Amino acid sequence: MSSHREKLRLDGVHAFYGESHILHGIDLHLNQGELVTLLGRNGSGRSTTLRAIMNLVGRRSGSITVNGTETIDLAGHRIAHLGLGYCPEERGIFASLNVEENLMLPPAVRSDGMTVEELYDMFPNLYERRHSQGTRLSGGEQQMLALARILRTGANILLLDEITEGLAPVIVQKLGEVLTKLKKRGLTILLVEQNFRFAAPIADRHYVMEHGHIVEEVHAGELQQKEALLNTYLGV
Amino acid sequence: MTTFLGINLFALFGQLLVGLINGSFYALLSLGLAIIFGLLKIINFAQGAMYMLGAFFAWMALSYFGMNYWVALIVVPLVVGFLGILMERFLVRPIAHEDHLYSLLLTFGVALMLQGVFTHVYGSSGLAYAIPEALQGGTKLPFMYLPNYRAWIIVASIVVCGATWWLVEKTRLGAYLRAGTENPQLMQAFGINVPLIVTLTFGFGVALAGFAGVMAAPVYSVSPEMGSNLLIVVFAIVVIGGMGSIGGAILTGLAMGVIEGLTKYLYPEASTTVIFLVMVIVLLLKPAGLFGKEA
Repeated sequence: MSSHREKLRLDGVHAFYGESHILHGIDLHLNQGELVTLLGRNGSGRSTTLRAIMNLVGRRSGSITVNGTETIDLAGHRIAHLGLGYCPEERGIFASLNVEENLMLPPAVRSDGMTVEELYDMFPNLYERRHSQGTRLSGGEQQMLALARILRTGANILLLDEITEGLAPVIVQKLGEVLTKLKKRGLTILLVEQNFRFAAPIADRHYVMEHGHIVEEVHAGELQQKEALLNTYLGV
Repeated sequence: MTTFLGINLFALFGQLLVGLINGSFYALLSLGLAIIFGLLKIINFAQGAMYMLGAFFAWMALSYFGMNYWVALIVVPLVVGFLGILMERFLVRPIAHEDHLYSLLLTFGVALMLQGVFTHVYGSSGLAYAIPEALQGGTKLPFMYLPNYRAWIIVASIVVCGATWWLVEKTRLGAYLRAGTENPQLMQAFGINVPLIVTLTFGFGVALAGFAGVMAAPVYSVSPEMGSNLLIVVFAIVVIGGMGSIGGAILTGLAMGVIEGLTKYLYPEASTTVIFLVMVIVLLLKPAGLFGKEA
């Protein structure tokens, strides 16, 4: 793979919360337009990997390159401006803001973000409920809001943490369609996912994590031959 | 014309006016406290001292530099706000990760030090500051005489409080503030410099106290204790309105001023206690305060 298409690269990344050493030398990379998942059991360090990229962990070391810029010593609030959009596991919808205020909240990090009209078109429920308090939405609507919010900023690398967790199958299906659309637009997506059946058909590659290490890299074409191995790692 | 059903209207309206004036100061000070508490979860005990600084700076600016009231009304809050920024940056932030009790004690210490310094230099008897020429005199209304400067206090306070409420509740900057209160980490991940917002907010909250201090200089005597006397009542008001509620702080401030004024008319002996009585009742019935959200 040519390096100029590389959007995100982690080399030997360690992360700590206080005394706890969570990530033990993570190496991974994402090329432009790729959708890559982080698979693994709970507590294997997948969410921490995303948080480490956003500099939301206590301490981190190694090398993290975003759109060609080294960020390991960058202040937390500067990282998003390199073109990153982060959607946390708890969704992070603000209760003190209504839906539209939530949508408009994150500052634009690049100029070619989706417009509010495009987003309301993609998520009609959000338009109907734009004056409601953010946290009064259903779980699925909150998830769509959390996603729409970072699409507006123009971020071209998305870090999505467990976006299907606890949602009804019809919503999960809708999110799958949205991710496929975003991939077609050329966005690069790193997806932490528990629901392998959701991730398998849309992802290009999978990294499998265990105990803060990446233990396996699986390309979409190898899924069948590595199925047994994946089952042992994921315990499904 | 001056009595109605045995009520002395002159006295009643007089006390209501005094109540509204006091309420205007309560509103400005509790608003500043509420904004700071909302974002930093810090109770700024130095808010009263910053109010006192506002009054003293206005007096000093006039006495030493001949700066008139109107200029002082703009410049002094900026200076006081800047001191607030320094205080947040170099005193409050280094201990921000500790228990909030530490920052409370710190701001209390700052308040005592400022009060001590001004008592040492200017004594505790109080200094006079003349009402600006444009606002001298008054208007005779049917039931009362309304001094122009007092009318100005009420109007200016309502305008400043209203503008602040609008800024916090209706603008994008305010949305940053509210969201930063809720989840500073995520705001940082969105690319917003939360520590900078915290510093500016602290400065703004303190500047409101400085503004109140300049407004107070012509009506109350400019003295080192003027802030600490007022602050205890203002804390009670913040508790009644609900910690961190912007609108609650403003409305409660004005309302408590009026209730205090009414009590002064009806039963003067209780006028200094009535706000605390209300506080006890509110705490028993609605611990989060009248406008606070239940945790």
